[in-house]
Amino acid sequence: MKTWLDAWPVFRQLTGPDPLGRGAAARSRATENVVARTATADRVVQSVCPYCSVGCAQRVYVKDEQVVQIEGDPDSPVNRGRLCPKGSASKSLVTSPTRVTKVRYRRPYGTEWEDLDLDTAMEMIADRVLDARRRYWQDECDGKRVNRTMGIASLGGAALDNEENYLMKKLYSAMGAIQIENQARI
Amino acid sequence: MNSDCIVIEGSNMAECHPVAFQWVTEAKARGAKVIHVDPRFTRTSAIADLHVPLRAGSDIVFLGALVNHVLSNDLYFHDYVAAYTNASSLIREEYQDSEDLDGLFSGWDPDSKQYDQASWQYEYEDTPDAGVSEDDPAGAAEQERLSQEESVKDADQAHASGSGGPPLHGRAKRDETLQHPRCVFQVLKRHFARYTPEKVAEVCGVEPEAFLKVAEWITANSGRERTTAFVYSVGWTQHTVGAQYIRTASILQALLGNMGRPGGGILALRGHASIQGSTDIPTLYNLLPGYLPMPHATQHQSLDDYVADAAGTGGFWGNKRAYAVSLLKAWWGDAATPENDFCFDYVPKITGDHSSYRTVADMVEGKVAGYFLAGENPTVGHANGRMQRFGLANLEWLVVRDLQMIESASFWQTAPEIETGELVTEQIPTEVFFVPAASHVEKDGTFTQTQRMLQWRFKAIEPPGDCRSDLWFYYHLGRILRERLEDSTDPRDRPLLDLTWDYPLHGETQDPSADAVLREINGVGPDGRALSGYLDLKDDGSTTSGCWIYSGVYADEVNQAARKRPGREQGQVASEWGWSWPYNRRVLYNRASADPDGKPWSERKKYVWWDAEAGRWASTGDAVDFEATKPPDYVPPPGAKAQAALSGQDPFVMQSDGKAWLFAPKGVVDGPLPTHYEPSESPVENALYAVQGNPSTEHIQAPYNREAPSMGDVFPYSVTTYRLTEHHTAGAMSRTLPYLSELQPEFFVEVSPELAAERGLENGGWATLVSPRAAIEARVLVTERIRPIRTRGGQVVHQIGAPYHWGETGISTGDSANDLLPVVMDPNTHIQESKASTVDIRPGRRPRGPELTELLEQYRHRAGIASGRMPVGGRVAVEGT
Repeated sequence: MKTWLDAWPVFRQLTGPDPLGRGAAARSRATENVVARTATADRVVQSVCPYCSVGCAQRVYVKDEQVVQIEGDPDSPVNRGRLCPKGSASKSLVTSPTRVTKVRYRRPYGTEWEDLDLDTAMEMIADRVLDARRRYWQDECDGKRVNRTMGIASLGGAALDNEENYLMKKLYSAMGAIQIENQARI
Repeated sequence: MNSDCIVIEGSNMAECHPVAFQWVTEAKARGAKVIHVDPRFTRTSAIADLHVPLRAGSDIVFLGALVNHVLSNDLYFHDYVAAYTNASSLIREEYQDSEDLDGLFSGWDPDSKQYDQASWQYEYEDTPDAGVSEDDPAGAAEQERLSQEESVKDADQAHASGSGGPPLHGRAKRDETLQHPRCVFQVLKRHFARYTPEKVAEVCGVEPEAFLKVAEWITANSGRERTTAFVYSVGWTQHTVGAQYIRTASILQALLGNMGRPGGGILALRGHASIQGSTDIPTLYNLLPGYLPMPHATQHQSLDDYVADAAGTGGFWGNKRAYAVSLLKAWWGDAATPENDFCFDYVPKITGDHSSYRTVADMVEGKVAGYFLAGENPTVGHANGRMQRFGLANLEWLVVRDLQMIESASFWQTAPEIETGELVTEQIPTEVFFVPAASHVEKDGTFTQTQRMLQWRFKAIEPPGDCRSDLWFYYHLGRILRERLEDSTDPRDRPLLDLTWDYPLHGETQDPSADAVLREINGVGPDGRALSGYLDLKDDGSTTSGCWIYSGVYADEVNQAARKRPGREQGQVASEWGWSWPYNRRVLYNRASADPDGKPWSERKKYVWWDAEAGRWASTGDAVDFEATKPPDYVPPPGAKAQAALSGQDPFVMQSDGKAWLFAPKGVVDGPLPTHYEPSESPVENALYAVQGNPSTEHIQAPYNREAPSMGDVFPYSVTTYRLTEHHTAGAMSRTLPYLSELQPEFFVEVSPELAAERGLENGGWATLVSPRAAIEARVLVTERIRPIRTRGGQVVHQIGAPYHWGETGISTGDSANDLLPVVMDPNTHIQESKASTVDIRPGRRPRGPELTELLEQYRHRAGIASGRMPVGGRVAVEGT
């Protein structure tokens, strides 16, 4: 059983096997009880860093359905476990308290954001797409068949997944929208 | 890591791609030379063996002089050049070089500011069967004619050669001795003769000793035994001659025999997690998946028209019809039949330039109703943020999908133009929907990284609240649209109603299966099984593939992109980690790593070789980028088509002639050879030709986009924008995070001590930068890392470095460097010139409110530029159209 004297690091340093006080002597009970979040996670999920294009593999540590840590994946032949400052900050990216998690709506000429239900927003956006599509529709341009709408444009970022870009291009093409662009242009 | 010399130019790899840079440092530790050519001294320069500071916008002179050095000192890789490049091909007699026309090429039309490219082409063999057989020669000839129409050239169809060269319609006459005055080799020699070390000193401000050291290192480290690699980023692309920068490097690397070999090549370090994927499966106006061009109304009214240019011609583009039909089948399924041209008519047609900046100019005019921003913050991240904001303020509606509240969503509250009175919140009609997005750990899917490798991410957790993946958003938007139109009899709605849109849905939020989408991208055969690659694609409608170059990513019904066999358990190529297009090849065109007979050029650089006994190609671990059993001595029989028309010694299998192009007879709109033009705004006169800037540059003339005259004294300094390690592009993913904001808390600009003295700038103090577009303020960092360039004529060019991450919202805020920039674009790519424009810099903070617009107006007046005053609300038309 520990006494009050044992709890004193200097005592342990002087009497124990750690005279320099860099190891066991300096460890407190609190230190002993600290366990890495990576060790207590419920599961580890393989992912890829969302910042630059190097494609560093990440391990995402999840506990209670929350991301508790993100680290470089040592298995990856690309990054061998390393991450840069941005990649290392990606846990704060996904858990950021300033992330917007509710739909925000600004009405024409409005001065403030308003709340809007997600399903309502989707229906309203669909209304506007169909309306703009028809109003700006062109069967022909300069006598040539074009089968398109000039009323709808899109600009995607380059953290879109391939699958997402694919559905976007497919849907936009089917609705006749052509001004479809991406950060890849920039 | 296999390189003997690495030239990093137009990139700050150590700071912008730091984790990839570990491989450069490893190569260096093994003895490789590392060279950094860049206007700024950065951490990349600090690690390099040699830093060569050059003036921003002068790279073609530097690289061109290296080409000249290699040619005039007979330092090129003779056997490689003779066998694998188009050096021996003859160019038409009508061709005139920039040497003959003082900076222009033959075919220039001053009215349209475009070239007729007919005279740049090869002189074809005129025998009846020249070994080339097209499926539709008349159609191909018609396509050739239409390709020279102005609206087609505006539409940037050459970009559709992104995975190879444009098709050719004949076999070039050749002179294997390379002596014919019109052979590419001789044309090249004449063209680059004026690119001398003296010109490098005069134009780039690089001392001849430094230039010669680079020349010595790259030539000593190329050839049979050694390889040199080039690395670039947007320091090359973001110029009005950006595509030609990369062309110059390609010519140099082909001459040195560094393409398709381990440790060689030209590595584009792209800037975003899946920017390569966003190009391959493009959300780009001029492309369909797999670099198929978006159909153009003038050229492509039927599927036959659409494929006529390529069908049957040499190389893998000869199978264009199979790729196109398989895409149409993937999109419109059973509705796509041979009788209805596989629904080709459903694909909307383009008629010119519909690229992002052009579309924003249309928005400013009130010509566009609705706009989707999916993970993009253009008011900060794109050139001329003011133009972007005026565009957003003149929409009917805007949908923004992002993780954080970005400037492009809140512009109606936070735009700097509200302070100046140019925009008034209560008068902005734009309806804004902010629909929050899921993060990368909250969805399944693939990113394609910078070396064409797809890597699958597994979903870790559900997204919070209303956050949804873009897959969810677009799937459900499509579902709602289709439900609304269910009873429509309007033929315009058939493309939506006939669309294949039935993906398995998962979980409470009904998220569509990314795995099913990836399988659709891969494609299936008549038996419903996943295809093993694009060689299986048919043009009869029996196969599907959403992106032919990605076919194989789901081979054997396995998600190949999700393979995660640890690197340490694999060889250097690590081909069982992720999947690279095409066919999991890690080094493209790697047939070129063996000599024409199929033997490795050297034991040291062994990569692939012909195994005569087995009758197939073998490799050290990579997939061979060549038909597996085509022997080196294969000669195409008369009438051979597509890949069969390439010989066993043609490694560049996506090119119509199988050769690396030293001279581009097609596909580059502003010249078949790279030519130095000054940036659109430059403090310096073009020392090589009478033509100052790229004559084909695209401009948008409007009050919000005034341009400074070159060599003026009102905007005398060159500014170049860049990134920091701790921030990411427009800042939504970094300025909103406390750690990163603490590491780089404030917008600053780098200036030299000389410029600081000239303008009275103090380290740590404020400065205002003024361009004809905007005035912004920044903290001053006085540093010798950026130094004045002294050109040979004695002119001193001061350069200013400006990181562009900041905007009005987030934890760390500041003015946006991109507001300074003009929208002037490379005609090949419609990419803006971010890396060299001109400004003035003065001490102190910028004025606020209407005084700011007055300051800008005074500057423009002094420089003799037209007024840039904007009406309240910012709706103006582009001038002169």
